[in-house]
Amino acid sequence: MTRLELRDISKSFGALEVLAGISLHVAAGEFVSILGPSGAGKSTLFQLLTGALKGEGDMRFDGAPLQGSPFAFMPQRDALMPWRRVIDNVTLGLEVQGVSRRAAREQVAPLFAEFGLAGFEHAWPAELSGGMRQRAALLRTVVQQRDMLLLDEPFGALDALTRAGMQRWLEGMWRRHRWTALLITHDVREAVYLSDRIYLLSARPARIISEIAVPLPRPRTTGSDTARQAAVLEAEILDTLLNPSTDRTSFPQTVQRSFS
Amino acid sequence: MAVLLDPLRGGDASASELERKGGEESSAIGESRRDIQSPPQGGRPAVTDTLAKAIPAAFAFTLLLAAWEFYARYGGIAPTMLPAPSRVLLQAWENRAALAENTLPTIRATSAGFACSLVAAFILSVLVDFLAPLRRALFPLLIVSQTLPLVAIAPLIVLWFGFGLMPKILLVALVTFFPMMVALVEGFAATSKEISQMLAAMGAGRWRIFWLARLPSALPYFFAGLRISITYAVVGAIFAEYAGAAKGLGIYMLNAKNNFRPDLVLAAVAVSAALTLALFGLAVLVQRLAMPWENAGSESNDRKSGPAGRAGHDAA
Repeated sequence: MTRLELRDISKSFGALEVLAGISLHVAAGEFVSILGPSGAGKSTLFQLLTGALKGEGDMRFDGAPLQGSPFAFMPQRDALMPWRRVIDNVTLGLEVQGVSRRAAREQVAPLFAEFGLAGFEHAWPAELSGGMRQRAALLRTVVQQRDMLLLDEPFGALDALTRAGMQRWLEGMWRRHRWTALLITHDVREAVYLSDRIYLLSARPARIISEIAVPLPRPRTTGSDTARQAAVLEAEILDTLLNPSTDRTSFPQTVQRSFS
Repeated sequence: MAVLLDPLRGGDASASELERKGGEESSAIGESRRDIQSPPQGGRPAVTDTLAKAIPAAFAFTLLLAAWEFYARYGGIAPTMLPAPSRVLLQAWENRAALAENTLPTIRATSAGFACSLVAAFILSVLVDFLAPLRRALFPLLIVSQTLPLVAIAPLIVLWFGFGLMPKILLVALVTFFPMMVALVEGFAATSKEISQMLAAMGAGRWRIFWLARLPSALPYFFAGLRISITYAVVGAIFAEYAGAAKGLGIYMLNAKNNFRPDLVLAAVAVSAALTLALFGLAVLVQRLAMPWENAGSESNDRKSGPAGRAGHDAA
């Protein structure tokens, strides 16, 4: 079942064309990534989805035109409020929805262990390590119980080792919960590791130059065979992104590529 | 002032160079890095640590007083020219009743003026935050208000508003309002864009975002402004009294000067300095209580500096 469907989304800021006809879809329980160079307008796309910006084109959710926000949004970095204790950061979305602080705390408290944050409920965000902050930010995002997660380069600010750890952790969490998720990233490995499908974005004005299915078995942590397949896929994606051949850019329509 | 700023921890988001220096120094002097993987217990640097940091300041201060005492005693200077610190202290004690009687009105004027200034700065800064054109209308006026020489303005305000509390409130407000107003407006504007965006995506309205994000984001800025302006408050009140008052440290200084009693002038100066220090200490104390997260963790400093270091990210 298709949850999110975008048809021919465009957005310009004055003369600057940022998005030029983006069409994509995300099925229920699917993990989809948008991979593209910095400055391509990936974040603009999310701002269109959350309603912070208005653009042209058709946005549908569960078949109906997009209304309100069915999304839980996780911004770049963690956006934890330094003046709120970790648990009050996590309950933020529920509080905005009108849940009382006490009820919200009771609702999120049992989830701290699963997110590796047990014992840190009443710590200040500044007392957490980078990885823990990201986990707290993700917890804050998922407890909103929206239909779909929007993840905007969630691990971009982390060091390489922590990032790899967080990717493994997120893959494990996703296998258990099967969230419908759309991830923005410019990390090829991250996209291949986490996604079911990947949309490749061109440089600005952004259009989709390729749609790539990632048929690797999950969990993706084990097996040299999986690792080798992933490496081939990564190399291919890098080639597409760094040497966009002319025929491909002249066809903004998605090019279905299969991998086996 | 720098001497004072060092032991009392300055904020990181301070508005002035002076304050910034204080913040850097104190954070450079070992904030103990805590083990990040074990739950925090919320400790604080030991009291002895703070005392140790105060030793150089105390030493310098004592040295200065000793040199002054020595020069006044053995330099052949008349006490009506330069009284020794010991004499100032002695005379202050002998005239303690008169000093106290004149200190109370000054405290009253300072606190009333500062309270008015604080409330006005808060209300106006919130209005400016919600109505951008108001900022362009108000700020030039406010900046002009800071160019007025107090010496000229104080007698005029007394002329217009008499010898009561009103001219003092106005003058204290005139000198303390601006730093707090600027600090608040900049503090609101310093709210992380990501936090605002996230709240908007959660469905929070403008007021909600102000309350949940902009107001707390402004706190470090506000306290930086508060610490600056509170040091002007007592001086502002004394200026107003100097220009005309029935009672107060300002008029007391004027009378002592006219009676060739520099020792009593200095005694009153010492009282006013003590008042300012007490107010400053109070501001720092309130800041500690209002922002308990300030001293938590070791990365709080770079986190607060906002979205720097992420240049060239998804333009638009």
